[in-house]
Amino acid sequence: MTPWIVSHLFLIPAVPLLAAFLIVAMGRARRAAAASVAIAGQVIAFSLAVCAFLPTLSAPGWRACSNFVWFTFGDIPLRIGWLLDPLGAAMLLMITFVSVCIFVFSTGYMAEEVNFTRFFAYLSFFSAAMLGVVIANSLLTLFICWELVGLASYLLIGFYIERPAAAAAAKKAFITTRIGDAGLFLGILWLYSRAGTLLFYDHGHGCIEPAALAALGGAGTFIALLIFCGAMGKSGQFPLHVWLPDAMEGPTPVSALIHAATMVAAGVFLVARMYPLFSFGAVNGITPALEVVVWIGVITSLMAAFLALGQSEIKRILAYSTVSQLGLMMVSLGVGGLAAGIMHLISHGFFKALLFLGSGSVIHGCHHEQDIREMGGLRRKMPLTFAVYAIGMMALSGVPLLFAGAWTKEAILDATHRWPVSAAPYYLLVAGVFLTALYMTRQMIYVFFGTPRKAAEHAHESPAALTVPLVALASCTLLFSLVLTPAWPWLEKYLTGEKASLNPALLIQPGLFTALLVVAAGIISGAWFYRRAGRTDPLETAAPALYRSFERRFWIDELYAHTILKWSAFAARAAALLDRYVWDGAVRGIARIARGVAEFSVNCDERAVNRCVDRGCDATRRFGSKVGGWHSGQIQSYLRALGIGALALFLLYAWLA
Amino acid sequence: MNGTLAAVLAVSMVLFSLGLLAALSRRDAIFMLIGIEMMLAAGNLNLVAFWRYGPQPELLTGAMMALFAMAIAAGETAVGLALVLAVYRHRRTTQVEKLNTLKG
Amino acid sequence: MNPGIPFILIAALTLSGALAAAILPNLVHAALSLVLAFVGLAAFYFLLGAEFIGLVQVIVYIGAVAVLIVFTILLTRPAVAQRGDLNWGGVLVAIAVMSGLLWALARTALPANATAAAPMTVMRVGQTLMGDYVWPLQTVGIVLTAALIGAVVLVMEEDR
Repeated sequence: MTPWIVSHLFLIPAVPLLAAFLIVAMGRARRAAAASVAIAGQVIAFSLAVCAFLPTLSAPGWRACSNFVWFTFGDIPLRIGWLLDPLGAAMLLMITFVSVCIFVFSTGYMAEEVNFTRFFAYLSFFSAAMLGVVIANSLLTLFICWELVGLASYLLIGFYIERPAAAAAAKKAFITTRIGDAGLFLGILWLYSRAGTLLFYDHGHGCIEPAALAALGGAGTFIALLIFCGAMGKSGQFPLHVWLPDAMEGPTPVSALIHAATMVAAGVFLVARMYPLFSFGAVNGITPALEVVVWIGVITSLMAAFLALGQSEIKRILAYSTVSQLGLMMVSLGVGGLAAGIMHLISHGFFKALLFLGSGSVIHGCHHEQDIREMGGLRRKMPLTFAVYAIGMMALSGVPLLFAGAWTKEAILDATHRWPVSAAPYYLLVAGVFLTALYMTRQMIYVFFGTPRKAAEHAHESPAALTVPLVALASCTLLFSLVLTPAWPWLEKYLTGEKASLNPALLIQPGLFTALLVVAAGIISGAWFYRRAGRTDPLETAAPALYRSFERRFWIDELYAHTILKWSAFAARAAALLDRYVWDGAVRGIARIARGVAEFSVNCDERAVNRCVDRGCDATRRFGSKVGGWHSGQIQSYLRALGIGALALFLLYAWLA
Repeated sequence: MNGTLAAVLAVSMVLFSLGLLAALSRRDAIFMLIGIEMMLAAGNLNLVAFWRYGPQPELLTGAMMALFAMAIAAGETAVGLALVLAVYRHRRTTQVEKLNTLKG
Repeated sequence: MNPGIPFILIAALTLSGALAAAILPNLVHAALSLVLAFVGLAAFYFLLGAEFIGLVQVIVYIGAVAVLIVFTILLTRPAVAQRGDLNWGGVLVAIAVMSGLLWALARTALPANATAAAPMTVMRVGQTLMGDYVWPLQTVGIVLTAALIGAVVLVMEEDR
């Protein structure tokens, strides 16, 4: 007996979508109404998500899907459906909750914005698309919503459309993710041609259920890698990570919602959703596809952590930390720690949204200054923001015991440690954890400690619309750790489909000391190294070349500009030349021949055909004028004719019968 | 020809023909409308008669049809008479023989 | 069963009214004869057991249609002598149609007796209208509204 909510899961994205259309229909003058509609839509979606969450608690590993025929193509029915399982339910809760917080935050943060209503319409639209990704039980619906998410991201990054940088960033994000999506699309086509269905679960006939996977054979690895391309694009994995830091050109709530908490998590979610495909035929938990996932994740995680050290814009630092954390999640999925990765995804959603909104509060307080070198000493001027930001920072750095991020990060490290292929990812991730603590300490010192520099002199605490969501997210970050600890690993068991039991003795794990050591080292060394933080970065004085390479993001953008972009420009020019001279010449030649034929046929027409037609026309005209005479304009004579005709028909019928 | 049904049908046919006569042979547009009304009424009489003598009178089918036809006939009269008034206002006549602008 | 005396009386009333309406030269007289024909029709409906339809016939045809026709006659007709001549071509066609119809009727076998059925009460009519026929009913409502608006638009004074 499937609960009511399973077949009505579509309501969860439908409500925000409706809200988006409503806001667009209301016009741009009704600002308060637009915000209320958007928030109400989110709150309804959240309540529905809770309704969807409850049945998944009923039994470990509970899963239900509701499939139906969308349309029939020839005689091939195309079936789609909705899927509810612990993974999806947890994602739904996280997305809707974070969305509510961010929507409320936006009412304060965007209060001065001219296109206020448009912003809320876009936000609601985004939320609808993202929820659609989560509930889809078909790779096709998932892909459709996935692209809608991309569109919403494009619209929102380029929200300040009058700024060239924002427009360029929007294009960059769209095109870069599109490269990944091309791979994803190929993967979908290939999978469909092999499995004959795109439904995930269909009572044993779905495309990621054992029967279909066994039929895939060797192609499975390649399909998985193609699908991973899409995940790489969306989740900003190396080498497609370049768009994510630029996406910070969008408004801060957008950065929080899309480019930190939810959309970029879609890639991780996709890999988790397709996990049976990635891990099929695993020997000892290793498949070629998963190995690729691990190494890409490791590279991304470490590289982004380094780059974060060289950034001076508050949101960009957070953006690189997002890239780094996403890499961490990918590693976790790759080494088999599916639950750990998703747990980190969800807790990351909370604390990264918190950090971004906190940075939004800082930016708001500093009159839209985003450079951390212009801030400083804000802990006295914005005490509440400082407190929640510190919570977020400690959660991100992984300070053990209290904070959600710590437990999940520890779980990932633990899973990586047990990976049989190589020990290198473990040590590299530990280095990444150290770096994370280091750059977050750097940011904290620059923003909140020391003496106020230019922009921070007139800073003020933000209004309630900004701080209430911050406090809500902060308390969530703290409380969420209750279900993550090894002593009561409720969420992990919920995701893996087992029953959790309380065992306080497991609270203290050897990994805990490692984590404590590494994080403490990161924070202490950071505090010492950046104790004299000023206009010039201490690292810049100590090692200028290194700092420069971080600041310039390892010149990866320049590398792309000088290789791929240049090559494609060259190819375009070559194609233009080919077009202009070779193809155009051929086309002109054909045109000349065609014109000769045409002239000949014009002659034939005028001499032969026209004369016949003219004669026919004359005959028709004469006949017409004769027949037209019958039309007397007397309506009753027409009626009489009608009566005679009816009578004639009647007599004919009688005679035949 | 025997029985009430046949008699009713005969009456309705004569009524219909009288309506047709009015519509076909009178020179005034208002007479044409009167004729059309009579024809419609004859049709209604047919419907009710066949309903009464049909196999399933408890379904009320023919009677309902007659009701709807009456409603439509009322609307038709209103529009038709409005047309006559509009024509009269322009041409100062309701003689259909003079309304022959659409002559071929 | 042959038609009884009331039937013959009603038929005579209806047909003579209709005949007068069709051939009387004076329009006002014709309209009043039409009322007579409609009264006869209503009586037919009563005779056939469709009392409700008979009442509707009285209300709609006599109360509305005939009155409308009289109104129009008065609005369009200055007191001018009527040319009462008939178009004999039309008369011939009408007679031909009538004879064709009657001939067909004579050749057709018809059930002689009415099937027994529950009387057509207003309650049943209402239930049927609101049940099976609710969509036609709504549609007729829309048609009538459209006709109303159309009639008003047609006779409105044009702006010059």
